[in-house]
Amino acid sequence: MKDFAPQLPAAGCRNTPVLKERGQREVFCGLTGIIWLHRKMQDAFFLVVGSRTCAHLLQSAAGVMIFAEPRFGTAILEEKDLAGLACANEELDREVGRLLARRPDIRQLFLVGSCPSEVIKLDLYRAAERLTQRHAPHVRVLNYSGSGIETTFTEGEDACLAAMVPTLPDTDERQLLLVGALPDVVEDQALGLLRDMGVAPVRCLPAHRAAETPGIGANTVVALTQPFLNETAAFLERRGARLLSAPFPFGEEGTTAWLWTIAQEFGVDADTFARVTDAPRARARKSVAAAAETLRGKSIFFFPDSQLEIPLARFLTRECGMTAVEVGAPFINKQIVGPDLDLLAEGPVIAEGQDVDLQLERCRAARPDLTVCGLGLANPLEAEGMATKWAIELVFTPVHLYEQAGDLAGLFARPLRRRALLSGLEGAA
Amino acid sequence: MKLTVWTYEGPPHVGAMRVATGMRGLHYVLHAPQGDTYADLLFTMIERRNHRPPVSYTTFQARDLGADTANLFKTALQDAYDRFKPQALIVGSSCTAELIQDDPGGMSETMDLPVPVIPLELPSYQRKENFGTDETFFQIVKALARPMERTAHVSANLIGPTGLGFRHRDDIVEVTALLEEMGIGVNVVAPMGATPADITRMGAAHFNVLMYPEHAEAAARWAEKTLGQPYTKVVPIGVGATRDFIAEVAGLAGVPPKFDDSRLRMPWYSQSVDSTYLTGKRVFLFGDATHVKCMARMARDEMGFEVVGLGCYNREFARDIRALAKDYGVEALITDDYLEVEKAIEDLAPEMILGTQMERHIGKRLGIPCAVISAPVHVQDFPARYSPVMGWEGANVIFDTLVHPLVMGLEEHLLHMFREDFEFHDEAGASHHGGAAKLRSLDEVPVAEPEPAMAAADAAPAEGNIVWLSDAERELKKIPFFVRGKAKRNTEKFALEKGVTRISVETLYEAKAHYAR
Repeated sequence: MKDFAPQLPAAGCRNTPVLKERGQREVFCGLTGIIWLHRKMQDAFFLVVGSRTCAHLLQSAAGVMIFAEPRFGTAILEEKDLAGLACANEELDREVGRLLARRPDIRQLFLVGSCPSEVIKLDLYRAAERLTQRHAPHVRVLNYSGSGIETTFTEGEDACLAAMVPTLPDTDERQLLLVGALPDVVEDQALGLLRDMGVAPVRCLPAHRAAETPGIGANTVVALTQPFLNETAAFLERRGARLLSAPFPFGEEGTTAWLWTIAQEFGVDADTFARVTDAPRARARKSVAAAAETLRGKSIFFFPDSQLEIPLARFLTRECGMTAVEVGAPFINKQIVGPDLDLLAEGPVIAEGQDVDLQLERCRAARPDLTVCGLGLANPLEAEGMATKWAIELVFTPVHLYEQAGDLAGLFARPLRRRALLSGLEGAA
Repeated sequence: MKLTVWTYEGPPHVGAMRVATGMRGLHYVLHAPQGDTYADLLFTMIERRNHRPPVSYTTFQARDLGADTANLFKTALQDAYDRFKPQALIVGSSCTAELIQDDPGGMSETMDLPVPVIPLELPSYQRKENFGTDETFFQIVKALARPMERTAHVSANLIGPTGLGFRHRDDIVEVTALLEEMGIGVNVVAPMGATPADITRMGAAHFNVLMYPEHAEAAARWAEKTLGQPYTKVVPIGVGATRDFIAEVAGLAGVPPKFDDSRLRMPWYSQSVDSTYLTGKRVFLFGDATHVKCMARMARDEMGFEVVGLGCYNREFARDIRALAKDYGVEALITDDYLEVEKAIEDLAPEMILGTQMERHIGKRLGIPCAVISAPVHVQDFPARYSPVMGWEGANVIFDTLVHPLVMGLEEHLLHMFREDFEFHDEAGASHHGGAAKLRSLDEVPVAEPEPAMAAADAAPAEGNIVWLSDAERELKKIPFFVRGKAKRNTEKFALEKGVTRISVETLYEAKAHYAR
């Protein structure tokens, strides 16, 4: 039988010793995930219980303000809330009451913990229970922490989805559950490909609306669509679901490997698989090849950001001909990114955590052709003459699956193409 | 606890960052959890700074809380000193660190660093960003500046400009030129561009030019008391204010009020007949107190607008703004609640907003043009071109800024006359703004069937249970959108005065005659 599994390199990175660093981190906290989660879940509201800093972060991370009234806000703690928790709980109940009265369209409310609320030990779990009782059945109130002391950037989405898992209804149905907040266009493509292969039923977490929330049980098979859903995966397994282990669906090869793992689980034969994927695979290869002309032979250095770094390094090295110098991730769970580490040929430094000044020293010494980093570092590095790719764009752009493979490669090629286009501007910064 | 959707100001430690990032040779060690580094991108992205803000974050995590966050701070402070070798350090806590009470100031004292370490107390749960800039700059000046011999030649310090300030970069150039024309030298500009060593020289100036009271008033007062330096009270935004500023500075410096306004075009532009259409445009102002104060004067006296409402988000200046509002015969709106500002604008239905980036969004939603005159800033507020708001060139820039969002001159007249032209109707927006013009189908009968949303808003029952009869309502729709709000309000006011409860076409035109000027 024809096999669509990718070819392993002579030696991968799964057993490469990981450079673990501890120091100043130049990353977002988990609250940032609200920026995309609030658009994905259309009847949910995210209420951060935090400080003015949290509100300012959400506003600044969004970059520009969102024109429509956003489905998120911050209940800003004030001096009197810090004085007594009883008072803080009362205040919270009042603010939630007001919010729900003003927004009757809200069916799910997430109380999102922050650094200050965690430090003063404001019990949002109990608050959520209390408020669910008060506002049931119209609104379900859940809680999770997006605090910087516990979560890094995309771990906020992980914490949010993990908080939903215990509330999912039981089901014994044999089903595939896609887990991770995908852009709508990507989600539709995934569902289309799986439907054409005859994989059914397929459900998604998170769902667009509370009413579409999937069930879960021992016959549920889970395919993660994002590599940062560590806690969610553990919670799903605890509910009896079985986790598929596959490379993540970035690039033609990653997407094929991911789909093939699902196909095998659901008994899809190789001919059917080929019939469904041949055309999109060819398109993906073609569009990646166009961007790869710019990327081939270039070196790349990843600062830790979203946990997408390892799968992306795999894609860029194997499908675009780049050389990875250092692949930094805020957190590495080998159970989940293991298949990607297996495919990533040995060579790069694999780093977990961050001490930003030390990492900058390594980066400057290596002079990579392209550096993937956060917005706080991008312009300063550009001013030093190094090409950069803002990491956050990778989370805010549809980059999964076949039809976006070329776009994904293009995101990395564009800074290099731009540098090649501009001339006579040296010394500008 | 207060629910906030959008905020005008960040927390006070962001204010401290604005001071630190504006300066050179200073480093800020901030006791803060992971995630607070988001503030770096305000400077690297919005302001396009080509270097990282000089801030080290201790980045403590949950697991450190029970253990030793204090040691983490000490290590970060030592590392920051060793790596960056600053001339001075400022140390403090972000909102979360404030709760764990590690006392960065006290700890740094025990470390005997060979440079001044200035502790900051910025109460995150009471105060905001502007307090942070003002207090930080004050603490730095208090720690470093000393009375000293004055410069032989008369000189001034320019104080107040910071990182991420609204047009601060170019205002410095403009104010420096104003002083130079009077033969006054600039001793130190601070915080923007100054090193801690420069701060120690501040005492040599004869007086201080307080450019932005929001960011340097505490320092100015201290310098007046301790260094014997008087400071300017006039902020030179607008033609009249610039003239007053020159007179004030001349008085402080003991020099004749010399100036060269040969490049000042604003007065003529405002007097030229093309600007007639600006007369009596109803404007609403909102922003930081200083910019609102200056812009209100410009709006009324130099543009010929009617100020129908004004307010500020920084409570520290509430008293000034209330007094100002009284002068203008309007109610002051002192709030940092975006929804309240939106409501006030909706109720007043001005023809134009002079506001911040937030009001720009409100304007977009309500279909009211908005010019941005104050922080909070956006990447657009850091234009590549020279674009001050102070001094002569500042007045020129503001004229353009205020005119640009409006539908101009002849276009306005044509819209009055031929509102129903299918490709030139008022919802298409000003033609110089581009964008896709919304063509109407030729068959459409626009007046008879107004958009439901608009109808709902316009037909909303007015004060005192006044009802618009449908004929009058239709007539109201024939008035272009940029004056419709005014017509509606005037008519209702008129009806209320006359005890009329049902507004007819007659009432509409009687009101028009009543308010005719």
